[in-house]
Amino acid sequence: MIQAQGVAFAYAGGQVLRFHDVAVEQGGTVLLRGPSGSGKSTWLALAAGLLTPTAGVLQVADQDVAMLSRSARDDWRARTVGFLPQKLHLSEALTVADNLALAFFAAGLPVDNTAIAQGLAALGVGDLATRKPVHLSGGQAQRVALARALLLRPRVVLADEPTASLDDDACATALQRLQRSAQACGATLVVATHDARVLQALPQAQVLAFDATAREVTV
Amino acid sequence: MNVFTLSWRYLWSRPMATVLNLLLLALGLASMAFVLIARDQVDRAFERDLAGIDLVVGAKGSPMQLILAGVFHLDVPPGNIALADVQQLQQHPQVAQLIPLSLGDNLEGFRIVGTTEAYPAHYGARFAQGALWQAPMQAVLGTQVAARTGLRLGQAFVGAHGLGTGGAVHAEAAYTITGVLEPCGCVLDRLVLTATESVWKVHDDMHATEDMDEEDRAALAADREVTLALITYRTPLAAVSFPRFINDSTAMQAAAPAVEITRLLSMVGVGTRVFQGLGAVLLAVAALSVFIALWSAVRERRGDLAMLRMLGASPLRVGTLLLCEALWLAVLACVLGLLAAHGLVALLGDLLMAEQSLAITGWQWVRTEVWVPVLALGVALLAAGLPAFSAYRLDVMQLLNSR
Repeated sequence: MIQAQGVAFAYAGGQVLRFHDVAVEQGGTVLLRGPSGSGKSTWLALAAGLLTPTAGVLQVADQDVAMLSRSARDDWRARTVGFLPQKLHLSEALTVADNLALAFFAAGLPVDNTAIAQGLAALGVGDLATRKPVHLSGGQAQRVALARALLLRPRVVLADEPTASLDDDACATALQRLQRSAQACGATLVVATHDARVLQALPQAQVLAFDATAREVTV
Repeated sequence: MNVFTLSWRYLWSRPMATVLNLLLLALGLASMAFVLIARDQVDRAFERDLAGIDLVVGAKGSPMQLILAGVFHLDVPPGNIALADVQQLQQHPQVAQLIPLSLGDNLEGFRIVGTTEAYPAHYGARFAQGALWQAPMQAVLGTQVAARTGLRLGQAFVGAHGLGTGGAVHAEAAYTITGVLEPCGCVLDRLVLTATESVWKVHDDMHATEDMDEEDRAALAADREVTLALITYRTPLAAVSFPRFINDSTAMQAAAPAVEITRLLSMVGVGTRVFQGLGAVLLAVAALSVFIALWSAVRERRGDLAMLRMLGASPLRVGTLLLCEALWLAVLACVLGLLAAHGLVALLGDLLMAEQSLAITGWQWVRTEVWVPVLALGVALLAAGLPAFSAYRLDVMQLLNSR
């Protein structure tokens, strides 16, 4: 589960972001909704343990990430968080299968080729394993990136603007696939978006609003 | 997949840049290694040929010329000395061994050296076939001579006048081959050895006419000469007084090989320093080029590297990935550079052999070569330091903010 209470983050310049409280059951879905620059990315970074809250408590997968040391946080992230960035960052130097193997490499685990094949097959891209990302369509690339995010069976999946460049049909399909895949491994899904279509496609999702009220500037 | 395989794949994802950097680095290392290996080989060749020879005595002239002609057979001798004078030296209490050498003729450019059995014995020569000469006009071939001329045991040959090819042929005075030496890696490999008397006989015959009487022959014998003599001292102390004794009180000249070779190598040293300087410049250029390549790799791959951090890789792991790329370059360049350097020295060895000069080989490990990998590693790590640090310090937030 994810639980945020009185979470705030102060940037080096003195600007402070205060976030609404939220509690999401394990396996649930939460939408971070708000315009660009409203602090959604900062919240994602806090949830991934890349930033530390300056106030409040943020528990992700039952862990108060702020309590972990730097290196323990990297390990924790590798095993707990699956991340689907807006720009997919599939390495052009590697094949699709090797891009997935990066997840094992980053986590310091031996590469499990069966898991890679199964992960790709589950998202319908099993036949693309030996291709380079440059030869993939946009939809295929997103599925590969999702397979990588889910490879180590994370407990939380963080998706950053997953529908930004998709038309309406593709948007609905991608979101269903994302939710289905997260549910399949019992992960809590966090989607950061400014896209109104996402709320329609995921009606049961809890919404964490990022707007002027969430943002407090104290210089 | 580990950090080595991953960095290997990243390295070859930009093949053009990688090949260019590799060549630059390898060239720099090769020129450094070439100097090390060639210098070592030349030193060794000199040492082998010099083994135990304390002094060379010959006609007055340039001492370096005398050494080059007498010990290494690379130059023409300054002249001849009287046999009687040499025989007197042999009786000197400070002389342990004296080997007379008589030069003058060649076989297809290989020098025919008239001497005693002490000369091959001095270098510990062993016979591949046959045995030492038993009489004048019998000869023993060095291994290179036998290989190049194709002459075999029992066959006959005639020498040509002079020390280079193209001289008048002594058609009436044929030598018979009684032995072929095993390779020794020393000067004997490229010499034809025979008794001193053979050289006299060939040249007597050249000048003698049918009607020369006994008295003339006796006069000729009294005027016998040899070209030079190689001397080993009975005691090292002889080095203090013996050369001065020869230079001051005889018509001969004494030259100490150790002194002359040190002088020669210090002259050659300028050239090797220039070569090493060139290698250093190449290495500096290579370091700069590797730095630029890795720096731009970090910039290009900022997203990929941040993604690795997001996937849970520690900053150290990401930084190590960059260092490993440089490490691969260093290892590959080191192998290529050393191969090229050894190959070049081998080529130089072939060229020298074709010119019947020093025997050097490229395929021998030189202890100082351990500095080449150290140098390669140093250059690569120096070039990769800043890019790796920048990968280490990567701000993952940029990944979240990149749209």
